[in-house]
Amino acid sequence: MKKNNYIAVFIAFAILVAADSCTLKESREHNSAQDASSQTAISDESIFNLTEDWHTQNNDSIKLVDLQGKVLVVVMIYTSCKVACPRLVADMRDIESKISKDNLSELNFVLVSIDPEVDNPARLKAFAIENQMDANHWTFLQGTTSGVQEFANVLAVKYKQIAPMDFSHSNIISVFNRQGVLVHQQEGLGVNNKETIDTILQTLKSS
Amino acid sequence: MFSCSELNSTQENNINQKQARQTVVASKDLPFEATTEMVTILGGEYIPLYGRDSIRVHVNDLLMDVYPVTNENFAAFVKKNRRWGKSQIKKIFADDNYLMHWQNDTTLGISMNQQSPVTNVSWYAAKAYCECQGKRMPTVDEWEYVAMADQESADARKKGPYNQYILDWYERPKTFVNPVGKTFQNYWGVYDLHGLVWEWTSDFSSTLLTGESRNDVSSDKNLFCGDGSLKASDLMNYAAFLRYAFRSSVRANYGVQNLGFRCVKDLQQNEKE
Repeated sequence: MKKNNYIAVFIAFAILVAADSCTLKESREHNSAQDASSQTAISDESIFNLTEDWHTQNNDSIKLVDLQGKVLVVVMIYTSCKVACPRLVADMRDIESKISKDNLSELNFVLVSIDPEVDNPARLKAFAIENQMDANHWTFLQGTTSGVQEFANVLAVKYKQIAPMDFSHSNIISVFNRQGVLVHQQEGLGVNNKETIDTILQTLKSS
Repeated sequence: MFSCSELNSTQENNINQKQARQTVVASKDLPFEATTEMVTILGGEYIPLYGRDSIRVHVNDLLMDVYPVTNENFAAFVKKNRRWGKSQIKKIFADDNYLMHWQNDTTLGISMNQQSPVTNVSWYAAKAYCECQGKRMPTVDEWEYVAMADQESADARKKGPYNQYILDWYERPKTFVNPVGKTFQNYWGVYDLHGLVWEWTSDFSSTLLTGESRNDVSSDKNLFCGDGSLKASDLMNYAAFLRYAFRSSVRANYGVQNLGFRCVKDLQQNEKE
């Protein structure tokens, strides 16, 4: 099916469901649908094609596609981690600190837990507060075991549980454009963030 | 199937977003017809070749498919779930090898056997297939645990003929064109763990990470340098070493001509009798 058909079907459907649970935003939906027609459909390479369910630190149930529209800076961590994660988190905060306030509203720093059994929304929330990462541009995600595996595979992040509260994992910070397509990865701990920050700023401008 | 995600991008309100999505997106795959026998595997402990620093690994009781997923099974899945057809699949889920010998989304290549194991499938597609049946892919630990068996014993790893059989197979070209169920039936009643195709595992990408690795590069080094091989709990089990090496060499979007998959299921209490 071509994209135009999709949109035609979509608009027809939007009207059909307007009486249902979409009623709430019926009026806004119209505008959005028009915006949507001027936007490109989800790219084949977008992480928004992933359909697993996630919970945020605020216990909202989301899919990755709900993160569409902002440039994403993503890292995989777990809150009980003692060695690498604090440094990865520090790297994320370092990147964040070098971005202007205006740009921050266009960004979403996403920390995905590789330990979904332990890192529930409440724990993620506490971690966020403890680490002063509680502003709107920080998102923490708890997934399912298979959802986390899938996401790690997309990022080429390797991880393995080596003890009940300990994982080994690769240290990668990934940048996605507003359409969810990977544009940059920074590997290692405490590395120079300049290239990553440059990429973020460029991506903000170009999309 | 289509997505309302375009709409979401300009929405501010989370609640509205969620309602729109749940109403419009049909994101989960649909069930399909495929008859698949499963057998019960009684769990236990074993020391894997690699992994958790030679700690004994516990495997829970589970049900495992007797055979790898066949071309016929997979075609039935794609017919119901067109997004996994070769012309439809998103690039993020598969490389160019995906079902490369099929004529089109649902028709096998002329020389292909319906009963041969499906290969050139990505990890994502295998995951979707299993989940669609209410199953999942086995973990590396689970797969290796069941694959330790020969015809008579649950753990045949110390037996010469067992290892020789596997190594002979690794040298034999193109076994993936053979139909399923023609190799030996192992202790548990499972066919084709050795002798037909290699198989995806859910956590294949975790292979060989031991200790707190600093980045991908050093973890890959663990595999190929002496450090890795010294940690092997059974240096004689060279066949298993090759499997672990292979797993760490593929990515989830790869299609490989001798790599298929099968599914497993957790054994519920009420199914144990």
